[in-house]
Amino acid sequence: MGDILLTIKNVSKEFYGNQVLKDINMEIKKGEIHALIGENGAGKSTLMNILFGMPVIHETGGYQGSIELDGKEVMFNSPHEAMSHGIGMVHQEFMLIPGFTITENIKINRELTNPNMVSRIFGKQYESLDMKRMNSDARKALDIMGMSIEEYTLVAGLPVGHMQFIEIAREIDKTGIKLLVFDEPTAVLTESETQNLLAAIQKLAAQGIGIIFISHRLEEIMQVSHRVTILRDGEHVVTKDTKDTNVYEIAELMVGRKVSLDRSGSDSRRISDEIVLSIKNLEVKMPGEEVKGFDLDVRKGEIIGIGGLAGQGKLGVANGIMGIFPARGQVIYEGRPLELNNPRGAITAGISFLSEDRKGVGLLLDESIEINTVFTSMQIHKEFLHNLGFIRIMDSQKIRNHTNKMIKDLDIRCTSSLQHAGSLSGGNQQKVCMARALTQKPKLLLVSEPTRGIDIGAKKLILDLLKSLNEEQGMTIVMTSSELAELRSICDRIAIVCDGKVKGILSPEASNAEFGLMMSGVHADSQMGGAE
Amino acid sequence: MRKAKNMLSKQMPYLTDNIVPIIFIAFTLLGFALTDNVPINYFLSELSSRFYRNAFIVLSLIIPVIAGLGLNFGIVIGAMSGQLAIIIVRYLSIEYLHLSGVWELFFCIVLALPIAAFIGFLTGRLYNKTRGQEMIASLIVGFFANGVYQFILLFATGVIIPVRATHPMIKPDGVGVRMTVDMGELHYSLQNIMKTPFMWTVLVVSAVLLTLVVALYLTGRKRPDKGNKVIFIIKVLLLAAIIAYSVFAIATKNNITKVKEVPTVTIIFIGLLCLFTELIMKTKLGQDFRSVGQSQHIARSNGINVDKTRIIAVIMSTVMAAWGQIFYLQDMGTLNVYGAHTQIGMFSVAALLVGGASVRKATVSQALIGTILFNSMFIMSPEIGKAVFGNALLGEYFRTFMVYGIIGMALGIYVWNDNRKARITLDPIELNAQDN
Repeated sequence: MGDILLTIKNVSKEFYGNQVLKDINMEIKKGEIHALIGENGAGKSTLMNILFGMPVIHETGGYQGSIELDGKEVMFNSPHEAMSHGIGMVHQEFMLIPGFTITENIKINRELTNPNMVSRIFGKQYESLDMKRMNSDARKALDIMGMSIEEYTLVAGLPVGHMQFIEIAREIDKTGIKLLVFDEPTAVLTESETQNLLAAIQKLAAQGIGIIFISHRLEEIMQVSHRVTILRDGEHVVTKDTKDTNVYEIAELMVGRKVSLDRSGSDSRRISDEIVLSIKNLEVKMPGEEVKGFDLDVRKGEIIGIGGLAGQGKLGVANGIMGIFPARGQVIYEGRPLELNNPRGAITAGISFLSEDRKGVGLLLDESIEINTVFTSMQIHKEFLHNLGFIRIMDSQKIRNHTNKMIKDLDIRCTSSLQHAGSLSGGNQQKVCMARALTQKPKLLLVSEPTRGIDIGAKKLILDLLKSLNEEQGMTIVMTSSELAELRSICDRIAIVCDGKVKGILSPEASNAEFGLMMSGVHADSQMGGAE
Repeated sequence: MRKAKNMLSKQMPYLTDNIVPIIFIAFTLLGFALTDNVPINYFLSELSSRFYRNAFIVLSLIIPVIAGLGLNFGIVIGAMSGQLAIIIVRYLSIEYLHLSGVWELFFCIVLALPIAAFIGFLTGRLYNKTRGQEMIASLIVGFFANGVYQFILLFATGVIIPVRATHPMIKPDGVGVRMTVDMGELHYSLQNIMKTPFMWTVLVVSAVLLTLVVALYLTGRKRPDKGNKVIFIIKVLLLAAIIAYSVFAIATKNNITKVKEVPTVTIIFIGLLCLFTELIMKTKLGQDFRSVGQSQHIARSNGINVDKTRIIAVIMSTVMAAWGQIFYLQDMGTLNVYGAHTQIGMFSVAALLVGGASVRKATVSQALIGTILFNSMFIMSPEIGKAVFGNALLGEYFRTFMVYGIIGMALGIYVWNDNRKARITLDPIELNAQDN
């Protein structure tokens, strides 16, 4: 490890008055593997966006502080500028063209060409490709990674592990690469692929390339990184040498939020031992949130939380039960098996769903609040309709009365019940979704990311509403959320999902480290034992 | 059982991908089986002359497909530019210059270039604004341009642009161009430069192709992905058979040598365009076309100027279509000023699709095979109509049905395949099978 390569000095960033990064300081040395960790929303991606000069940063008013590369202050206006300064990024989503060969993907828009007769007249665009040299360059890059695969193989159909390596090969083929950012590179890899990748990263670092390694898997970080920086809620918590710390400490620092438990009134609640929903070996193919054998028993009258990091499959559970994505497995609801892949059946059985995809699944954006409120009930339960025997028409009076009552009950801020749902604010849209779910008089409510994209005031209202529904009407609620604090504030139990399975069920009072370790997929007992 | 099913499902994509060419080959063969009064030399004469007329314009569709713009129905506008060039050159030639046919042709080609390039630039801009809907935009902009074209030729000529009322191309009242314009010297100007006997041409072309196929196979042999041995052997055997038969036909002077002579220069032009289309794909620009065609998002994030690349593709296509229309008309002999271009988009697109191309994939050989198969259908359908229903007109209806049916079917199959691939399923095995 040598000189300092990159310095991030006092970098702060605001999005519309919302402080997402506060005074971040970081240093990356040449040949260092520097791990960057934090929960979802801790500010990792924003920091990387700043480093790469992503347009989203400039469009929202730039950033404060400075970034120095090789001792000179730099400010990139576009990702290309960053790349030309020797900063590379290995994306989480693959930026590979399946119909191209490996060489073509590695050399995209950096093709080697030879001049020919036509190009001398019409310009560089018409120079012919030098496939031979391109192939040999690609070969070199692949060899550095220790990949034996032929460089002229098509990318389509390759295992994801290979694709990841090709992405890296593309970065190292760029001349003068100094700094490489790996954004959750192991998220989609198998165990052995992960080991190969980590070995390759160490090889690259040994050549003097600085590496920023973003990962949720603490074991990997312990294995390869030299130093680790932890961000939490946009603040720089600590930077430590990896050898001076342990998984337990990192996990605690990562979650470490003071949780104000506000659980008054819980005495009057009645959680029976009756199991209302039993999920066994549920598999759901939801892109990016795959569920791979999920088991959970939900007791009548409780609020159960499903937590975990993004991409681990927690969102897939509710979507699978409701039939929105293809699912397989056994779900028993009120003693009867629930037919999967049938949204109508799930709703008829008395389950309501507040989707995390409010604008796509949750609302008809160009329709009025009234229609949004009663839509499902009209369609499924045949309510709010005049039945004329051969034809059914909407009962507008009944709809209006009901909607106005909901608007009052849920405190939806709108001009009238005829306002279009699309023109409401996020919090009020969520309340409309809630109004619709309640109109169906559900016995079981599935709630996914109820506070996503909602300001703090509205967040509290939504959570209070959920709590009062549970306490006053005895409604069973399954709440999925990325925000651990929110789960801990209202849930009775919290199931942590990791890699599509339940890793464990914790009480909301469990320690930060327990949550942190479980979310990172570390076996809590063994590590904690070791730390103490 | 399961194995057999697997085999079938492996073959299925091949069949569904090539269903359109298979139908057309079957149809043509059916035609020969049903009608015994179509002499082979008549069929080949008809087919070859139609091929010389249409191949160029069908080839002009390839680059936009590769650049991800889909089927460019906007070649209609290219055709209009070509006709505009012909009308201007013919008018001036009759009025002042009195050029010979070849020179007229030369000036048509030269004049069509800037007109088509400019219009291609404009349509390219339009396609960039209607991203994702380029095909429907190209169809509609063709209709719109037809209106502008009519305005220029029917009204502006004579009212805004001064012309001599007694000019043979101008309507007697002095306003507008006549419905039909004689091509005069221009007729066969390209055809008449040089002609070679049909079988000799077949012999030479097949020999050239054979050396090309063998050479390509030998240079690319080390790569498993390029050297599909079975297909190579089939190709070689097919070409060798054609060569052998040509030699036999020339030696015995049989029926088939009576097929119309081949216009050498036209064939050379078509060959050059094939070569151009193939070679451009081997340049930086061609690689950009392919990158943009495969994924605009990835191309853009790697610093390729996506919009500019797409516009260049459209300009190339439009210019080629303009030239293609000029070659087509010099073969026809008369210019139907307000009608010659209207169907060219549909028919060329249908021909390309018949060759096995899709909205996302098209090659030179698909364009050439498509032109041949499509025109075979055109020649055979009245004969089948006559043989089966005793009415040639029924075959005529059948043509129309086939043209639009094929376009609809090809688009349908494309979307269907796309949806099938995009469908999310739990079964990983099924997913893999679809990927391959």
